[in-house]
Amino acid sequence: MKEIASWALNVATMRGASYADARIVSQRSRALTTKNGKVGSASDAESTGMSVRVLADGAWGFAASEDLSRAGVEATAARAVEIARASAQVKQQDVRLAPEKPVTAEWATPHLIDPFSISVEQNIALLLNIDSELRAVAGITLAESNLNFNREEQWFVSSEGTDLHQTKYSAGAGYAAYAFADNEIQKRSYPNSFGGQWQNKGYELIDELKLVENARRIAEEAVALHKAGQCAEGTFDIILDSSQLGLQIHESIGHPIELDRVLGMEANFAGTSFLTIDKLRALRYGSELVNVVADARQEHGPGLGTFGFDDEGVPAQCTPIITSGLFTGYLSSRETAHTIGEKRSGGTLRAEGWNRLPMIRMTNISLLPGEKPLSLEQLIASTDHGILMQTNRSWSIDDRRYNFQFGCEIGWEIKHGKRVRMVKNPSYSGITTEFWNSLDAICSRDEWTLWGTPNCGKGQPQQVMGTGHGAAPSRFRGIKVGSAYKGS
Amino acid sequence: MLTKEQAADIFDRIRKFSSADETEVLISGGRFALTRFANNTIHQNVEDENHTISVRTVFGGRTARASTNKFDDDSLRRVVESSQALAKVQHPDPDLLPMPDSTEAIGSADRSVRATQPPSRYFEQTAAITPQLRAQGVKKIVDVARKHELTTAGIFSSSESVEGIFNSRGLSDWHTQTQAEVSITMMGADSSGWQKANSPDMTNLDPLNLAEIAAKKALDSAHPAEIPAGKYTVILEPAAVLDIVGFMFWDYSGTALLDKRSFLSGRIGSQLFGENITIWDDVTHPLQTGSPFDGEGMRRLRLPLVKNGVVKRVVYARGTAARMKNSEYIDKVGRIEATGHGFALPNEVGEMPLNIVFAAAQNPQTLAQMIASTERGVLVTRLWYIREVDPYEKIVTGMTRDGTFLVENGQVRQGLRNFRFNQSLIHMLSGVEAMSVPVRSCGEESFDMVVPAMKVRDFNFTEVTKF
Repeated sequence: MKEIASWALNVATMRGASYADARIVSQRSRALTTKNGKVGSASDAESTGMSVRVLADGAWGFAASEDLSRAGVEATAARAVEIARASAQVKQQDVRLAPEKPVTAEWATPHLIDPFSISVEQNIALLLNIDSELRAVAGITLAESNLNFNREEQWFVSSEGTDLHQTKYSAGAGYAAYAFADNEIQKRSYPNSFGGQWQNKGYELIDELKLVENARRIAEEAVALHKAGQCAEGTFDIILDSSQLGLQIHESIGHPIELDRVLGMEANFAGTSFLTIDKLRALRYGSELVNVVADARQEHGPGLGTFGFDDEGVPAQCTPIITSGLFTGYLSSRETAHTIGEKRSGGTLRAEGWNRLPMIRMTNISLLPGEKPLSLEQLIASTDHGILMQTNRSWSIDDRRYNFQFGCEIGWEIKHGKRVRMVKNPSYSGITTEFWNSLDAICSRDEWTLWGTPNCGKGQPQQVMGTGHGAAPSRFRGIKVGSAYKGS
Repeated sequence: MLTKEQAADIFDRIRKFSSADETEVLISGGRFALTRFANNTIHQNVEDENHTISVRTVFGGRTARASTNKFDDDSLRRVVESSQALAKVQHPDPDLLPMPDSTEAIGSADRSVRATQPPSRYFEQTAAITPQLRAQGVKKIVDVARKHELTTAGIFSSSESVEGIFNSRGLSDWHTQTQAEVSITMMGADSSGWQKANSPDMTNLDPLNLAEIAAKKALDSAHPAEIPAGKYTVILEPAAVLDIVGFMFWDYSGTALLDKRSFLSGRIGSQLFGENITIWDDVTHPLQTGSPFDGEGMRRLRLPLVKNGVVKRVVYARGTAARMKNSEYIDKVGRIEATGHGFALPNEVGEMPLNIVFAAAQNPQTLAQMIASTERGVLVTRLWYIREVDPYEKIVTGMTRDGTFLVENGQVRQGLRNFRFNQSLIHMLSGVEAMSVPVRSCGEESFDMVVPAMKVRDFNFTEVTKF
């Protein structure tokens, strides 16, 4: 593969590229689902190809092809240079890349069990067992479950001499139980909604999730929601479970800190960001308890944003994003690092596959756990009147990442330190920095989970990327609750 | 780009490798190029070519799928083996039908609803767009931005694509299409404007005009005022209409009804929307795009989904129609037949209408007429980040974006800070006071449709954001 990539670099540099890199990527995926006692889908997919990214005349060009023959590779590289020269017709200034020391390395996701070594029969049996548990509860009208496994092998070489070989594994699993009755649809999911929990791990993740053990409870909750009262509208203290908080981090911290958004590069689609550069090391993003990092290193955990090197060959790093409430860092790339006075990229450029351009993506954007021991039950016990919300049901935020609204699958009213009743259709809304400044308690490491968001969309053409978000249940004071159902 | 003859050769080779009872091959792909600009600069510029072969095999009611993008004999043999290995370990599905033959795919007893061949959607001029031509187009857009002292961001893309299906019962069908698309955001210091359009035929696009409209919106919405959230008469431009109504069409599906996850459960045949709402699914409409066959090769029917506010039909894959006929709903869901809207098997979602066409109102109004007749309301250019809040009442939330204006006494007065809405689509489509002539429109939250602008009473804005 390295030889194939070198054909591309040779042609690109011969044709005048001042910089070139080539990525050959081979992806394999397996997706299995069940629905109401039957297999819903069963598919395997493989895709292999190569992309060439070049700078010529100070502008970017990118071309990709499935054709890995020498003629095909050389034509792709020539096309990338031609495209770069077209880009140069409309530029303000030449692209500048932050320096990066060339490196030769191998890296692979640590895993115990290759997920593709587990038989499909075993996987389907697990899903049907979950399905059976869910539908054993009277009132469940739809049960869905899924297992997903991915393997991505990538060879990266650059005209600066970097030579990398990485192999990444990821796994995901989850299920949902729906109950339709009396003109109302209620739903509960486990371990998370919209595909469950995902991590960069092997099959061992599936064993750790205790999927079957929780199925009956989840189904019973879906049915019980029909008898629960509507979540009240008003201003309340709220406690978010770690999965909902993970999505809150994703939307109201992860996206605003993407430097390409800040610089206007995503203005036509994903939007911009309220975090203009003057706010760096000046904005009080959250309360003193809020410490957030962007950490792609393996020592942070097996998140979907964990890797050895990003897709322009920069090693994985940990960047402090919010430090004791103060905004301290962005997600950057070699092209954008200089705009915030950095001499080196933060290492966050990633592409969905071989035929997509790498761009700034969240790595693992995590809220660090509280330092003092605090369990969820202790947090509830210390709350006089509030609402505990669990598992995301809907999410929306404006295109500069100020105003958000989230709905959850289930809520619990807390009075005098105790959960007193289940409530349905809980939702909350707010303004990003006001919300994070209202945080007054974070549970400790025992309650902290590194969640995976497998479906983050960004870019044109849109790319879907997996990101990681560590969080522990936390409490927020004086939050607006219930406007989602007000007058609609 | 792959030709039909090359695809047929690939299918022949796959058949030789397959020992399955039945074999189906889906082929899709093509060449896609996109020039992206921001800050008045081309900052990304990409092109890729790729084709995917997806093989479905069937053994005694057991089926599965595997795909690859490599077409040499070893790769094809391996993808067939993967599909077969997956299929053989499935549980037999008593509802799985034999693959359709070409007669079943094309014919129907009722010719009045049978889809005809759509117009050609492949245009050589679009396929021939070069990076240089896209750059020249972007330069003109940037020139408009500079003229108005604005900053622009957007895309100019072009593509040619194929979609084909072959199966061992003799069915084969093939579709080629081109597409050019322009999307433009113009930004001032505290305001923005947006326009987007696409067409298989690039000569239908007018990037300069789009740039001028987006620029005017940015200029007119400068120094936005804040007015309180609440219920307002809104005038939704076509892109805003398609983005919000798109969230209900997943439910116009037999599978969604059988799964009890559709907001149409118990509502087929009822007056759900205003009498001025009639909606078709029509792949043959001259402003529509896409292939005329579904994931099993069935030709798509032209269907009335809603007539005068009454929900008439939902769409069915072949297997879904058979299941529905054996269900408790047989007399409650209108006409049941395979309509050519199924996704590739196996899947868990069934089918969906993807060629939505709103019928023209009896007395269509222009956007200017809608504004002129509005005492106090809000003009909305586009909507953003729409998500479902309540699946049965079909409440969706989202934001306005890139050009939100106060209308007073029949005139656009000034730009407004953007709103969050929480709006039931049932209530919205029951409160449409006026509509324009439907046009082909595209946004970012839903698929392209032929939709009108709409003037809607009591649209529910619940919060205001900071800009």
